[in-house]
Amino acid sequence: MATKHSRVAARVMLAPAVILLLGWMLVPLTMTLFFSFKKYLPLRGDSMANGLDWVGFENYTRFVGSSSFWPSVQATLVIVGGVLFVTVILGIVLALLLDQPMWGQGVVRILVIAPFFVMPTVSALVWKNMFMDPVNGLLAHLWKFFGAEPLQWLSQASMPSLILIVSWQWLPFATLILLTAVQSLDSEQLEAAEMDGAPYIKRFWFIVLPHLSRAITIVILIQTIFLLSIFAEIFVTTGGAFGTKTLSYLIFQRVLESQNVGLGSAGGVYAIILANIVAIFLMRIVGKNLDA
Amino acid sequence: MKLKNLILSATAISTLGLAASAETLTIATVNNGDMIRMQGYTDDFTAKTGHEVDWVTLEENVLRQRVTTDISTKGGAFDIMTIGMYETPIWGANGWLVPLDGLSAEYDVGDILPAMAGGLSYDGTLYAAPFYGESSMVMYRTDLMEKAGLEMPNAPTWDFIAEAARAMTDRDNEINGICLRGKAGWGEGGAFITVTANSFGARWFDEDWNAQFDQPEWAAALNFFVGMMAESGPPGYATNGFNENLSLFQQGKCGMWIDATVAASFVTNPNDSTVADKVGFALAPDTGLGKRSNWLWAWALAIPAGTQKADAAKQFIEWATSKDYIELVAAKEGWANVPPGARTSLYENPEYQKVPFAQMTLDSINAADPMNPTVKPVPYVGVQFVAIPEFAGIATEVSQEFSAAYAGQQTVEEALAKAQALTNDAMEAAGYR
Amino acid sequence: MARAVTTNRKILNTAIAWGVGLVIFFPILWTILTSFKTEAQAISDPPVFLFFDWTLENYAVVQERSDYMRFLWNSVILAGVSTVLGLIIAVPAAWSMAFVPSKRTKDILLWMLSTKMLPAVGVLYPIYLLFIQLGLLDSRLGLIIVLMLINLPIIVWMLYTYFKEIPGEILEASRMDGAGLKDEILYVLTPMAVPGIASTLLLNFILAWNEAFWTLNLTAAKAAPLTAFIASYSSPEGLFFAKLSAASTMAIAPILILGWFSQKQLVRGLTFGAVK
Repeated sequence: MATKHSRVAARVMLAPAVILLLGWMLVPLTMTLFFSFKKYLPLRGDSMANGLDWVGFENYTRFVGSSSFWPSVQATLVIVGGVLFVTVILGIVLALLLDQPMWGQGVVRILVIAPFFVMPTVSALVWKNMFMDPVNGLLAHLWKFFGAEPLQWLSQASMPSLILIVSWQWLPFATLILLTAVQSLDSEQLEAAEMDGAPYIKRFWFIVLPHLSRAITIVILIQTIFLLSIFAEIFVTTGGAFGTKTLSYLIFQRVLESQNVGLGSAGGVYAIILANIVAIFLMRIVGKNLDA
Repeated sequence: MKLKNLILSATAISTLGLAASAETLTIATVNNGDMIRMQGYTDDFTAKTGHEVDWVTLEENVLRQRVTTDISTKGGAFDIMTIGMYETPIWGANGWLVPLDGLSAEYDVGDILPAMAGGLSYDGTLYAAPFYGESSMVMYRTDLMEKAGLEMPNAPTWDFIAEAARAMTDRDNEINGICLRGKAGWGEGGAFITVTANSFGARWFDEDWNAQFDQPEWAAALNFFVGMMAESGPPGYATNGFNENLSLFQQGKCGMWIDATVAASFVTNPNDSTVADKVGFALAPDTGLGKRSNWLWAWALAIPAGTQKADAAKQFIEWATSKDYIELVAAKEGWANVPPGARTSLYENPEYQKVPFAQMTLDSINAADPMNPTVKPVPYVGVQFVAIPEFAGIATEVSQEFSAAYAGQQTVEEALAKAQALTNDAMEAAGYR
Repeated sequence: MARAVTTNRKILNTAIAWGVGLVIFFPILWTILTSFKTEAQAISDPPVFLFFDWTLENYAVVQERSDYMRFLWNSVILAGVSTVLGLIIAVPAAWSMAFVPSKRTKDILLWMLSTKMLPAVGVLYPIYLLFIQLGLLDSRLGLIIVLMLINLPIIVWMLYTYFKEIPGEILEASRMDGAGLKDEILYVLTPMAVPGIASTLLLNFILAWNEAFWTLNLTAAKAAPLTAFIASYSSPEGLFFAKLSAASTMAIAPILILGWFSQKQLVRGLTFGAVK
C-alpha cells in the first residue's frame, strides 16, 4: 500500500517529531561535549563571556580517575537491575492475582496502581521519614512490636532500601502492562492443558510465561530508560552516602555541589556511553521479541 | 512580541525618573521558621513601599543549587537571594552581589553584630544583611541531669559531655544520652564534625593547603565522636540531621543535644515539645585547647548584580533586617519568636533578656571566631566551613565517608584515609597545590 | 483467562488481593491520615492510626503559607498543554511509521527512546544558558517545550503500537472511497485509536505532572508547579511530618482522583504493543 505519494507524505509527517528530537538531542549534547573539553568553574569566575580555557581530555581522565567512579557505575547497575528484578517478578505475581475472579476488582486495581501517581520526591520523603526512620518510623515500631531490634534502613541496608522505594513506585507500571498481557491469554489453551493434568507450575512455565515475554521486554526497556536517571530518590534519602551514589548522582555532585561544569560534562558524556551500552544490550533482547 | 514591547516601555518609563513606581520583587528563600514568618508580614512591606513580593520558598539544599546556578550564569531569575555565610564572601569577591552601602541612618548598620557583619563582608564591604544568625550550643534535660547526679557547667568539656551522656543513657526507656548530627552533607554532619575537630586541635588544611586528615588530631576527634555515639547515641545516627535530632529531643529521647542555637526556641515551645520546661543551655564543649566546638552561621539577604530592581530590593532588605521588623514580630508573636542573632540592640533589650536562651545564644556567637577558627594556623576563613568555592563539594564527599564510618561500613581509619586522598585530589584539580 | 470458579476460591482470591492491595496502598493512606494529625501526634510513640483528634490545621497552615491554586494551575497547564502538543506532533509521526514503514522505522523508534537517556543534571548548564538567551527562564512556554520533548518518544512509541494493530485493509477501503490523507487520519484512524490515544494522554500527563528536575530548576515564582510547592515543605527547621503530609496529599490528590476515574481507560490502553 505504500505508494510513492504516501511515502513522501509519511516522511513529511515524521519530520516534525524527528527534527524536534534531533534538536533536543544535538544542542545540549554539543554544548556538553564543548564544556567537557574546557575548564569551566563558575565560582572561580569562568564564564562563556570571558572565554573558557581548553584543557583537552583532562576532565575525562579526572572523572574516571576519581575513586567514586567505578563504585558509581556499579551502584547504577545494581539499582537498575534490582528494581527490574523486583518489579518484573512481583508484577507477574500481581498480574496473575488481579486476573483472578474476585469482588471489588476495580478498587483493588486502583490500590495497586496508586503509587504510580505519587511524585518521586514525595514518595522518597514519606518512606524516609515516616517508614524507615530507625526511631520514629513505622517499620521500626513494627520491628519493636515483634521484639526485634529495628533496622537502620537507610544506612545499614541503603541499597535494598532504595530499591524498595523505587520498586514501590514502578511496580504499578509493570503490573499494568503485564496485566493487559495476561488478560489476552487464550484461556482455551490453558484449560486444555489443565485437562491433560499439567500442574500449575508447568502451565505457567510453558504457556503463561512465553505469552508474557513480549510484555516483560517492554517493561524492562521502558523502566531502564527511566531508572538510569533516577535522582530525586537518592537526593532525598541518603544524599549519595552509604554506597548509593549512582553515575547521575556523581555528575550532580560535580556540576552543582563542586561547581565544576567541565568535569560534570565529561561525566555526562560517560553516562551517555553507559546508557548506550545498556541500550545495545537491551536491543539485542528487544530485537528478538519486538518486531517493530 | 507585544509583551516584550510592554516590558520595554515599562522599563523605559521607570528609568525616566519614576523611581517610586511599584515593582514586583522575586525573592528566593529557605523554608526555615523565621523566613516563613516573614512571608506573613509581606503586606506590611507592601503598605510601606508599594512594592509587591513573589516568594520562592525552597528547602535548603534545593535553594542552594537553584540560586548558585542562577547567579553563576547571570540568569537573573531572582531580585533577592537568601544565602549564608559561606556563599557571601565568595560571591562578593566575584562581583556577583550588589554592595550594601548607602543604607539609611535609621537602619543603623553599625548595630549588626560584629561577628555577623564580618562573616558577610568581603574586603570590608557588606554584601548581605543578616536576617538571623546562629551559633551552636549544648541543650540538655535538666531533670535527667539531676537524676544522673551531675551538674552541667556553663562551659563543659568533651570529657564531661561523654561522661554525662553515659550516665543519662537509659536504653530500656529509649533515652539516649546524647543526640548529634551524623548525616552526610557539608552543612549537616560535615559542619558538626568540623567544629568538633576544631576543638580537638585539628584543621582542614595547613598553611600550604595540604589536607590534614592524616594528622592524629582528626583521628582523635573522630574516634571520640564514634565511641561516644556508639555508647550513648540513638540508633541510626548516621542519617540524623537537624530535623531528626529535633524530633528525638522534643519527644524526650535525648539527654543532650548540641546543635544550632535557633533550636532553643523549638525545644522550649510547649506546643511541639514534651520537654519544654526541662531544658537547660550551656556553651559548646572544648578539650581545653582554647577552641570551643561551636559554629557561626547567618542566613542573609543579598541582591544579585544585574537585577533591574536593585533599589526596591535594597528597600526590602532594609525592611526585613531592621529593628522595626524585630519589634513588629515581638508585638505580634512575643519576644521568643523574633529572628535572633543579628543585632546588638536586640541583646541589650531588657524584654529580650528575659528569654531563657538569649544570653547563651549571644555568648555562643561571640565565642566563635571565623578569622581564627582553629588551634593551629590555617590559610582560610570560616568556622564550620572553609570559605573557598571548592569546599562544598569536597566536604560533602568527606562527610559521606564519615557517615559510612558512623554506620559501621568502614573503620575510622579507612574513612580518614579516603578523605585525605579525595581532598588532596580535589585541591590539586583546583590549582591550590 | 478468567474462568468460572468456586465461591471458596473467589473468597480466597478476594482476601489475598485486598491484602496485597492495601499493603501497597498503605504508604499513601498513612500520608493522608498523618495530614490530619498535629505535629506531635505525627511522631507519637506508639503511632496512632485512627483514634486521634482529627484536625484540619495543617491544611489551613499550608494554604495560608503558599498559594496552592497558583501551583496547581501551573501544574495543570504544564502537564496538559505539553501532553496535547506532544500528541499533535506524535500522531502523524506514529501514523507514518505504522502504515508506511521503512527499513529504518525500528531504528528511528529506538533512537527516539535513546534521547531520554541523557542524564538531566549533566545538561543543566547548557539548557539553563540556552533558556537565558531565549528569555524562557521561569516561563510556562519554556517548560511546556521541555516537558513535551522529554515525553515525545514515549508518546510516539505508544501511539505507534496502537496504530500497528489497526488492520491496513480498513484504510485501503477508505482510500477507495476517495478519502484524502487528512480525512483518513481524522475520521478513520483516530476514532479507532481513541482508547490508545486516551491512555497515552493519561500516562504522559502523569509523567509530566511528576517531573521534578526541570520544573524545579527552570522556574522561580511565575511558572512553578506543584513539584516546587513540595520543595518548600520538605525538611524545614522544626517538626514537619504533618504539614508535609498535608502538602503531599494536596500535591497528589488531583492526579490520584484523575487516575481513579480513568483507571479503566489506563488499564485498557497501556500495552505498549505488548499484546499480540
